[in-house]
Amino acid sequence: MIIEIGHFALILAFLAAIIQTLLPLLGTYRRDNVLMAVAVPAALTQFILLTLSFLALMYAFVISDFSVELVWKNSHSAKPVLYKISGVWGNHEGSMVLWVLILALFGTLVALFGRNLPPGLKANALAVQGSISVAFLFFILATSNPFTRLDPAPIDGRGLNPILQDPALAFHPPFLYAGYVGFSMAFSFAVAALIEGRLDAAWARWVRPWTLVAWMCLTIGISMGSWWAYYELGWGGWWFWDPVENASFMPWLAGTALLHSALVMEKRDALKIWTVLLAILTFSLSLLGTFLVRSGVLTSVHAFATDPERGVFILGIMMFFIGGSLALYAWRAPQLRQGGLFAPISREGSLVLNNLILTSAAACVLVGTLYPLVLESLTGEKISVGAPFFNMTFGPIMLPLLVAAPFGPLLAWKRGDIHAAVQRLYWAAGLSFVAIVASFALVERGPWLAPFGIGLGLWIVGGALSEIIFRTKLFRAPIDETWRRARGLPRSAYGTCFAHLGLGLSVLGIVATSAWQSEKVVAMKPGQAENIAGYRVIFGGVAPRSGPNYKELVGLFTVTKGGELVTRLNPSKRNFTVQKQVTTEAGIYNSVLGDLYVVLGDKLDAGGYSVRVYFNPLVRLIWIGTLVMFFGGFLSLTDRRLRVGAPKRAHAAAHPAPAE
Amino acid sequence: MTRKQRRFTLIGVSLTVLAIAVGLVLTALEDSIVFFYSPSDVVEKQIKPGERFRLGGLVVDGSVKRGKGTKVDFAITDTDRTTSVRFDGVLPDLFREGQGVITEGQLDGNGVFMADNVLAKHDETYMPREVADALKKKGVWQGQSEPAAKQ
Repeated sequence: MIIEIGHFALILAFLAAIIQTLLPLLGTYRRDNVLMAVAVPAALTQFILLTLSFLALMYAFVISDFSVELVWKNSHSAKPVLYKISGVWGNHEGSMVLWVLILALFGTLVALFGRNLPPGLKANALAVQGSISVAFLFFILATSNPFTRLDPAPIDGRGLNPILQDPALAFHPPFLYAGYVGFSMAFSFAVAALIEGRLDAAWARWVRPWTLVAWMCLTIGISMGSWWAYYELGWGGWWFWDPVENASFMPWLAGTALLHSALVMEKRDALKIWTVLLAILTFSLSLLGTFLVRSGVLTSVHAFATDPERGVFILGIMMFFIGGSLALYAWRAPQLRQGGLFAPISREGSLVLNNLILTSAAACVLVGTLYPLVLESLTGEKISVGAPFFNMTFGPIMLPLLVAAPFGPLLAWKRGDIHAAVQRLYWAAGLSFVAIVASFALVERGPWLAPFGIGLGLWIVGGALSEIIFRTKLFRAPIDETWRRARGLPRSAYGTCFAHLGLGLSVLGIVATSAWQSEKVVAMKPGQAENIAGYRVIFGGVAPRSGPNYKELVGLFTVTKGGELVTRLNPSKRNFTVQKQVTTEAGIYNSVLGDLYVVLGDKLDAGGYSVRVYFNPLVRLIWIGTLVMFFGGFLSLTDRRLRVGAPKRAHAAAHPAPAE
Repeated sequence: MTRKQRRFTLIGVSLTVLAIAVGLVLTALEDSIVFFYSPSDVVEKQIKPGERFRLGGLVVDGSVKRGKGTKVDFAITDTDRTTSVRFDGVLPDLFREGQGVITEGQLDGNGVFMADNVLAKHDETYMPREVADALKKKGVWQGQSEPAAKQ
């Protein structure tokens, strides 16, 4: 019964989305306030119905109702509850429902908190948002119904792919989707502005918080995925330039560019046309990401939907939204007034450079991701574009951006003084120089470029702190004045500082672990030991153990340093009985300097096991950096200036204005 | 600076960045892509020793022989032709005789494929797409059987 209610709610949500699309559009066309106002209750209704539907599906998973085909395919009664819940979105159908649910959630937030929005803009934005819902709900109902029943119901399910049964991966998709879908807000506002033909600084002030939220979610989502790949796949790597990773990375790059260009638009009323285009492109890349992962065109872990019919469907949706919005853009953009002039050396100039580089980098990733598909469909040749391609293109393109990042916040709007900025960065440059010399002195192996990479990371970290240090007159004024100034600084200044700081930390981690990772693959018998990076790893044999839905073989390793016990590591090979699948669990010890990472391999004929041991220096800085970036975004979000409802607009909305 | 000069600077910088990006992409596509071949392709296309490529197919039953330390020998077939492979390292969890596999490396002088990477695919029922296509061409691929209960 509950399942049927869920299915019915899904259909009703589809109808609500149609109403949310058509009536407000008609309303703005006819300048009818009543019709325009329909957008708000329609968005709310759609969200409530989708929540019902989603809860019904979750209920089916939690009570293991195997009469639902989706549950039977992706769940098993012996699975821990957390993975029963995450099983809801660990498959194609359920994840699409989650996708639309998050879309509706964003729409609802606009409906609820957008009281101060100009009514026309709000109605149009919600209508565009609704139309995306219509397309995806139609897709779900027509090709991927999650509520299909099985009769008779099987005794037990087939279980969730064991490799997906992991806490980080349980929450990876919701964050990723919140990011993807969050960019739909910027898109809807952009299309709404194009429909209205009006675009001002207030528009940017409206779009920026949504973009920021989306960006934060995407940052965490990507970071979780990378963290999962690091400890679950057992290869000691943290990023593989896998097409599915790229699919989430492209919107992140474009979204980062969008955050920065919206800043220019908000503050200086410049770069308007570009910002709108970027909003469209960012969401287009999010759609492309959904398409790439969902259509199964990629050979990848995540491509579970290998049904080409669905792929063609999503391709159609994508062409409609991307093509339609770009056509609207081409038609309307020339009518938008260009604003604010600025000199090449200025805050605006630096943000333009940021945008140029980020979009070029995104384009490189796009080429690398799609080239194999295009080549295969044209010539039938199969190729793989892997890490070497991206290291050769993405790296050099991003390099100038990383070098320039500290300058941006120190340049004034309109016309900046590069000498003053350089002066303020002396100490950061000094710090970086010392770090370069020190790394050359301390580390005797690894590529000669690596110390410069470390210098670059510290340069960004130092640069990020420079602005705060300068503006609070730290060490140059009495401490109480510094404190007063520090409290007076807007939160967004700290936001920028932390975001850039996080970037610097991630760069440090990436450089250190790429350049100085130690790896050993050895055959070990019980009692044997191996030395790596100052540690002594002693193999004590293996022991069997069983978990809730698996049996595992645990390797017993003792790690010592200078004769003293450091830790015991228990990497294992898990055998999931339902799926008859083996997964590898790495044993990881993290010290301040890096991770000791031990993986148990196959049993060898000569006795003993093959064992992989890695030392990954500073690798955790990569994820710590993303957390710091996330925190920076959060600080920016709480800035008074960005709180929903600019003062001017609040006033206007207090007295409902007659339709223009 | 006049408006015109500013615009020129902007366009100039943009074009430079774009040109660099295009240049890098083209060079990288030239140098760093890796082709996928089946054992038959290796013979038909007369792949030379030293050329890096991916070799995929089924692991021949009974061909896996452990050598000294972590060395392992096995053979990959597309049912038509077979190539011997040598690998030093830890095989992925899903590596099994009779199953599809992709390896990356190069041929030595004797026609043995020296793999430095054996790719792990993470789904039991999942056949690497390149391998499936190569087998389809040989007419031995029956496709993945959908569960019988699906109606």
